[in-house]
Amino acid sequence: MDFVRENADLFLDAFLTTLGLSLLAGLVALVLGTLLAAMRVSPIPPLRGLATFYVETFRNTPLTVVFFFIIFGLPQIDFVIGFFPGAVLSVGLYTAAFVCEALRSGINAVSAGQAEAARAIGLTFGQSLREVVLPQAFRTVVPPLGNVLIAMVKNTSIAAGFSVSELSSLLPRLVNADAGDLTLVLVGVVVGYMVITLPSALAVNRIERRVAILR
Amino acid sequence: MTTPVLFDLPGPKARRRIRIGTAVGVLVVVAIIALVLARLAGNGQLEAQRWAVLFDPASQVPQALGQALLRTLQVAIVGMVLATVLGLLLAVGRLSEHRWVRVLVSTLIEFFRAVPLLVLIFALYFLLPKFGIRLSAFWALVGGLVLYNSAVLAEIFRAGILSVDRGQREAAYGLGMRKTQVMTLVLLPQAIRRMLPVLIAQLVVLLKDTSLGFIISFPELLRGARSLVEFFTLQFGNQYTFQLYVAAAVVYIVINLLLSWLARYVERRTRTSQKAAATTPTELPADVQMGGGGGAVPAAR
Repeated sequence: MDFVRENADLFLDAFLTTLGLSLLAGLVALVLGTLLAAMRVSPIPPLRGLATFYVETFRNTPLTVVFFFIIFGLPQIDFVIGFFPGAVLSVGLYTAAFVCEALRSGINAVSAGQAEAARAIGLTFGQSLREVVLPQAFRTVVPPLGNVLIAMVKNTSIAAGFSVSELSSLLPRLVNADAGDLTLVLVGVVVGYMVITLPSALAVNRIERRVAILR
Repeated sequence: MTTPVLFDLPGPKARRRIRIGTAVGVLVVVAIIALVLARLAGNGQLEAQRWAVLFDPASQVPQALGQALLRTLQVAIVGMVLATVLGLLLAVGRLSEHRWVRVLVSTLIEFFRAVPLLVLIFALYFLLPKFGIRLSAFWALVGGLVLYNSAVLAEIFRAGILSVDRGQREAAYGLGMRKTQVMTLVLLPQAIRRMLPVLIAQLVVLLKDTSLGFIISFPELLRGARSLVEFFTLQFGNQYTFQLYVAAAVVYIVINLLLSWLARYVERRTRTSQKAAATTPTELPADVQMGGGGGAVPAAR
């Protein structure tokens, strides 16, 4: 039990790092992803093009490569960024592309009559998107959006490769422990992730039931 | 965007506004690009000589990157083949008539989908040696990829098998086939044909995930670029750093775009040949596309 007592603080720190990383990156991803989705359906061609380019690039780039560019690449253009903020930015930028795609499928699922009615009563593009389409789109994409964010929590593990001492990094860090202790670490890490993902999945289900639109 | 429902076909005023918006948008994009280029040029990153090293065989860079790419592809191909085989077995297992097989297989699938891929790889790489099983970085990486991807593929295959028309199975039983025959001769061939585009899309995810090898120091493309950078930095200072990273990223993006394109092409082909294919999922859910162990957490009900 000595092993557990000695490393309890380390474990708690790692867990809180993962949690903080997930919350901040999730925020970045949601805000940027919504903006990108709005750009992709906007009437202005260069905005559409820019958003499409962003999504296609990030969807086809490994997250590890995104980390590379943020952590080792940005200093080349004189933006030095710490490891933790770099991780938040990497995970957030990467996830935003998927949030955008999930939202866009939701926007497409809103029946055309809604948008037509919004236009008919004289709402502008911005108004009809804000007041009519996006609120419904968000409701239909609760499950896929939730899954994207849950997958994001698991993706924060990649920060372990870039000097962020979050949950997964405990395994290489405590690698000198004996077999039993290291197994315990693995169990702890897995449980740590589940403590975040399972309640999130539950919350997603709850929210889905509460906001579902009957069509 | 054939019929925009969110905005009217623009009239003269709106067209002018859109033109202004377009001009502003283009300006903003150009300004961002110019800023980045200026910063890069200010640091001398755009000098032709720095980029020439990527294409100059005498510098050994193209060879080293090529070998690193080969190792990446090797991991991806071995991983994909093994994951497909294991995924098929798991899918059939989950549809088994025996309850204990179903429960066991479902638990395995849900577990491997719920754990981050990197944790699986770490477990194989750091934990197994403690129990006397020493895996090379290659097999730890492949192993992790296979465990996770087979779980995802199992769900895809299961959906595919279930999407085959019920009459097919009933007819096969009616002909007197045994259940193994029904599965291998009737259901699987049809399911796999339909699942082909999704399989290719999953290959894109798997290829992206091979970059996790970087973290356990397997010399795949990204680690290869990093080693080159370290080597050059020792000799000439960090003048080639940025170029090598860009090269690695471009290779990933190009390969993945080609594969995504292939997936769409195959999808079009199968869709025209089989009307029924339209009822089966032809795109991976966004969270699976994210890789890194993404995929739904078992829905709590």
